[in-house]
Amino acid sequence: MSEAVKTRSAPVQGEGRELVRAYRIMLLARVLEEKLAALYRAGRIKGGVFLGRGQEALSVSVGIHLRKGDIFAPLIRDQAGRMAFGDTVLDTLRTYLGSALGSMRGRDGNIHRGRPREGYYAMISHLGAMLPLVAGGLLARRFRGESGVVGATCIGDGGTSTGAFHEGLNAAAVEKLPLVVVVANNQFAYSTPTSRQYACADLVDRAAGYGVAGHKVDGTDFLECMRVVGGAIAAARSGNGPQLIVADLLRLVGHGEHDDAKYVSEELKTSHLGRDCLVVAGEQLLEAGVVTAEELKVWRDEAQEEVDDTAARVMREPEPDPADEEWRAISSEFLEDFRG
Amino acid sequence: MNVTYLEAIRRAQEKALADDPRVFIYGQDVGAFGGAFKATKGLAEKFPGRVLDATLSEDAIVGIAIGAAIEGARPIVEMQFADFSTCGLNQIVNQAATLYYRTGVSCPIVVRLPSGGTAGGGPFHSQSMEALYAHYPGTIVLTPATVEDAYSMLLAAVEIEDPVLFCEHKFLYNHLKADALPTDALPIGKARIARPGRDATIVTYSAMLHESLAAAKELAGDGFEVEVVDLRSVKPLDTDTVLASVARTGRLLCVSEAWPWGGVCAEVVARVTAEGFGLLDAPPQRLNAKDTPIPYHPALWGTHRPTATAIADATRRLLEI
Ligand SMILES: Cc1ncc(C[n+]2csc(CCOP(=O)(O)OP(=O)(O)O)c2C)c(N)n1
Repeated sequence: MSEAVKTRSAPVQGEGRELVRAYRIMLLARVLEEKLAALYRAGRIKGGVFLGRGQEALSVSVGIHLRKGDIFAPLIRDQAGRMAFGDTVLDTLRTYLGSALGSMRGRDGNIHRGRPREGYYAMISHLGAMLPLVAGGLLARRFRGESGVVGATCIGDGGTSTGAFHEGLNAAAVEKLPLVVVVANNQFAYSTPTSRQYACADLVDRAAGYGVAGHKVDGTDFLECMRVVGGAIAAARSGNGPQLIVADLLRLVGHGEHDDAKYVSEELKTSHLGRDCLVVAGEQLLEAGVVTAEELKVWRDEAQEEVDDTAARVMREPEPDPADEEWRAISSEFLEDFRG
Repeated sequence: MNVTYLEAIRRAQEKALADDPRVFIYGQDVGAFGGAFKATKGLAEKFPGRVLDATLSEDAIVGIAIGAAIEGARPIVEMQFADFSTCGLNQIVNQAATLYYRTGVSCPIVVRLPSGGTAGGGPFHSQSMEALYAHYPGTIVLTPATVEDAYSMLLAAVEIEDPVLFCEHKFLYNHLKADALPTDALPIGKARIARPGRDATIVTYSAMLHESLAAAKELAGDGFEVEVVDLRSVKPLDTDTVLASVARTGRLLCVSEAWPWGGVCAEVVARVTAEGFGLLDAPPQRLNAKDTPIPYHPALWGTHRPTATAIADATRRLLEI
């Protein structure tokens, strides 16, 4: 049954180590994305750059509660969640910088990367389209008799308006699949405000319409994200069917690095929604006595060093060579039609 | 024994389910009801949990099949009518058809498309969509014209590691009968000479094979020997067999029930012109459905699509050039 879980502050208990791990991944994602923005301005990136600044707490909460063997289809602003699920600084930079050694081999770029065989699905651009895929992956796992598997996918407020979102969530609900759908309501879809995106009071109200569990969370609050997302994933894992999480937050960057986001008001930026979840997370961990200010600084320096070293290495890697490229879109070589 | 084209499709799915535990069938009303055309009749009962009724959601149906295929399953999707597959187009052309090139992971799904016109079918239950799907890289598009091919090509489709659009013709479902199911088959990607001849070549596929054979028979009465090539699969397209036939006859007419613009006929004509210009004694011709939506009334529909008479007329004109 649908039941919106209200936000409430929880004390840090024995899970200090996991919180520290989550924080360090958020930090690494932030530092890596700052590097990507700098590389973009320097003209070093092939294609666009789309960042998740301000969404790291929510995103990491998803990736960190998934296990090996689960399925994850991240979306645009999930650098933190991707790395929590096993993606690396190296493969991220390779994909953005167009290295032939990256997982996508220059055939796709930036956020469109993954390793489907490892349960890490590579998004296509068409928003909403990954949701049915994760449902299908979970259905196949069920056929194989696997239980305790979870599939999670992330989407923005704009993506909830697609037909694929509706079709996929409805079908997953009918099949009672362990699907977790995480909506980052960051107030804008490119420049379109939520008032032009949906007319319901809150997106989480839709959970009742689909017959799935609904969860609401303050996306700027690290500890709350960890608690609510962790709870929803555990609920899906133990057989309670699809879970819809809606997080309120603000995209703290433009839609992409080409966008100055002038359409975001000062009022919104200085509101509660405009808080930086990484700053909040640091404060929460300090307050809980899990970390020291010195550690936070050292970790940032370490992240910076890792990112800088990896970027320098990737920039020396070869580009894909059109002469070596196998220009074939199907795996069945004997059924190839056009050659060359 | 008497096996219809439809029964061949049902039996192929039955065999696929029996032979391979990874196979499952997903589509609207395919379960206990047996499908809108009864192509899955009795299968849900025989294979519990492996023939699933889907929601009325073509995007999700195809998307779910793709996800399942990534995880090692071999889904067969039934679209209730080929026409509705446009609602799942994005998943087919942007997700299934790009997966292998982008990620190196292949996408073994079969999407069955009950295709083509029947009297009274109208604009939205009559379409032939092979050209649309063949246009996209990363697809295999099969267009069986016989009971034998309906059976053996569907079985072969399930074993192909890439997305297959299986265009089965509704008009043939119950019209076409064979004595028995085949025990062997031509490989996928090979065209077949359905009738040998030396005066002109008709290249065609699916239901138009039978109209073309009837036209060739009529022309034989006038003393013309027309060769008829059944493409069987439009992607891959067996250009070699087409060129070899044109080398024998010097004249080409390509016939399809689909619309003309950018279609299979256009592709065949382009290839023969580019690769076999010197073989031609006359400009290559094509005959398609008219370039309008498909009319509902049988009197209009019968003229909208090519018929044996129209094909015979077009062939006579070609022979006179
Ligand atoms: C189906 C589809 N239509 C349009 C686009 C172009 N587009 C890319 S991102 C975007 C805005 C997405 O907004 P939202 O879903 O709220 O996610 P956010 O960018 O805020 O994270 C649009 C319109 C697309 N990728 N897919």
